[in-house]
Amino acid sequence: MSLLTVKENITMVNNSKTDIASAVHANNQVVFDTKDLNLWYGETHALKDINLQINEKEVTAIIGPSGCGKSTYLKTLNRMVELVPTVRTTGEITYKGQSILDKSFKVENLRTRVGMVFQKPNPFPKSIYDNIAYGPRIHGIRNKKILDEIVEKSLRGAYIWDEVKDRLKENAYGLSGGQQQRLCIARTLAIEPDVILMDEPTSALDPKSTLKIEDLVQELKKDYSIIIVTHNMQQAARISDRTAFFLNGEVVEFDVTDTIFTKPTDNRTEDYISGRFG
Amino acid sequence: MKYLNVEQVTKRMNGRIAKNNISKALFFLATLFGLIVLAILIYRVVVDSIGWIDWNFLTGRQSTDAERAGIMGALLGTLWMMLVVAPVTLILGIGTAIYLELYAKKGRLQSIIQTNISNLAGVPSIVYGILGLTIFVRAMEMGNIILAGGLTLSLLILPIVIVAAQEAIRAVPGFLSEASYGMGATKWQTIKNVILPAALPGMLTGAILALSRAIGETAPLTVIGIPALIIPFPEGIFDKFTALPMQIYYWTIDSSLVAEYANLAAGTIIVLLVLLFVLNSTAIFIRNKFQQRF
Repeated sequence: MSLLTVKENITMVNNSKTDIASAVHANNQVVFDTKDLNLWYGETHALKDINLQINEKEVTAIIGPSGCGKSTYLKTLNRMVELVPTVRTTGEITYKGQSILDKSFKVENLRTRVGMVFQKPNPFPKSIYDNIAYGPRIHGIRNKKILDEIVEKSLRGAYIWDEVKDRLKENAYGLSGGQQQRLCIARTLAIEPDVILMDEPTSALDPKSTLKIEDLVQELKKDYSIIIVTHNMQQAARISDRTAFFLNGEVVEFDVTDTIFTKPTDNRTEDYISGRFG
Repeated sequence: MKYLNVEQVTKRMNGRIAKNNISKALFFLATLFGLIVLAILIYRVVVDSIGWIDWNFLTGRQSTDAERAGIMGALLGTLWMMLVVAPVTLILGIGTAIYLELYAKKGRLQSIIQTNISNLAGVPSIVYGILGLTIFVRAMEMGNIILAGGLTLSLLILPIVIVAAQEAIRAVPGFLSEASYGMGATKWQTIKNVILPAALPGMLTGAILALSRAIGETAPLTVIGIPALIIPFPEGIFDKFTALPMQIYYWTIDSSLVAEYANLAAGTIIVLLVLLFVLNSTAIFIRNKFQQRF
C-alpha cells in the first residue's frame, strides 16, 4: 500500500484532528510521561527538552532522520542508554507515575516491565526453547511445566509457534532473519512486560517478514503499549496510533498519526514526510 | 587526450609481472626457512632416539645407567605440575579478565594495570624463576616441591591467559548482552548466562596454548632448584620432583660424560613433543567444535 492511499484512507475516515486526538486520549492512561528530558553523551547534547506523553495500549511511532535522537529516547525509557558510560540526563520520566530516572528505581525492575526488541535480531546462541525461557529463568522460574507453558504461550503470541514447535531444541541461529526477529519478540513477551520498545525492528528484514512483524504489532497492541522507532514512514503510517517526529534531538511534532501524515502543523515535519530531506 | 599510453604500459608489463613473481618467491623462501629448520630438528631428534624409546624408557625410573634409565618420574612430575598450573591459571586468569573487561571503570588505573599485564607477558621466564624461588621456595618455605614449581609456572603464563581471556570476552558481540540486560537481567546473570558461555571456547583455547608453553619451560625450574637425579616417583603436589624439560636439560649437559645420554635426551624430546602436540590439538578441537558463530 502506498503512502498516498494510506493518507486518503485516513482522511476519509477521520476528518477532524481534534476529534481523534481526544477520542484516542480518552480511552487510555498515560504510561510514560516525559518532562523536560535532556540527555548528553559526554559533551554532545543528544536530547533537548523532550516532553512527551505516551499512552497505554497504543502504538506510538517515533520517526526522524538518522542521528535525531529517536533511538536514544527509546533507550532512555528502559535506561539501556546507561550502558554508555558517559551518558548524563536531566528532567523526569515517569512510568505509571513512578520516576524511573531516579537511581532508587531498580533498573532490573524497569526492564522487566518494559521489554525491548532490537534493530538486528539478537537471539542467544542457544536453543529456541532456551531463548524464550531465558527471561523467566533469570526471574527465578525453575518449574519445567511452567516454563513449557510460557514458551508455548510466548511463541504463539509472536505467531511463530507453528513454524518452530517441532524444533524447539534446535539452535535459534538456524532460523531465518524474520523468524529470529519474531523469536526475539516472543522472548520479550516471555517476561510479560507492559510496554514493548522496538528499535527499528524491521530494518534488517525483507518486505515479507516486515509485513508479518507489522501484523504482529497490530495484534500485540491489544495487550501491550508499543513504542516503535522506525525509518520507514509508510510503516509508521500503517501501524501507529500516534507519531512523534524528532529532529536534532528535539520533538518537532507529536500528534495522532493521521494528522502528522495528512495535516502536519510544522513545515519541517511536512518536508521530512514528503521526502524533501532525511 | 589519454593519460595511459597503451604501448608504454605493454612495455612495462613484463617487468611488473617479474616483480610480482619475485615477491612471491621471497615470501615462500621465508616460510621455507622455518620449515627446513624444523625438519632438520625433528630429523636429528628422531634419528638420535631410534631404538631408545621403549617400554622401559617410558615407564622406568631414573638411573645413571643409560640402558636402564626411564622418564616416568619426569613425566609424572610434569603432569602433577600441570594439575597445579591449570586450575590456578584458569581461575585467576579468567577472574582477572572478567574484572578488567566487565567491571573495572575505564580510566587511568585500568589502563596502567592493562599495560603492566601486557608487559609481564614479555618478562623473561628466568625472572619468574627467581620470583618463585623467593616467594614459594624460600619465604613460604615450601622447598622445591611440585606445588612451588606449579605456582611459579602459573605466574609465568598468567599474563598470557588473562590477555587471551580478555580477547575472548571482547569478541562476544554486544548485542547479546544487550538482549540479556533488556530483559531485566543483572550484570552477573548476564555474565554467567550469556558472556561466559560465548567466551569460554576462546578462553580455553588460550589457556591450553599457554599451558603448553609452561610444559616446555626449563629456566624457572632450574632456578628454583629442581635436582638432576631423583629416583622415587612423585605421588602428590608436595613431593620433590623433576620434569621432562629438566630431564632433557641435564641429560644434554651430561652427554659429554656419557654419550648415550644424548639419545635419552632425544627420546625425552619426542615424548615432550607428543605431549605438546596432543595439547595443541585439543585446543584446536575446542576452538572448532565449540566456537559459536553469530
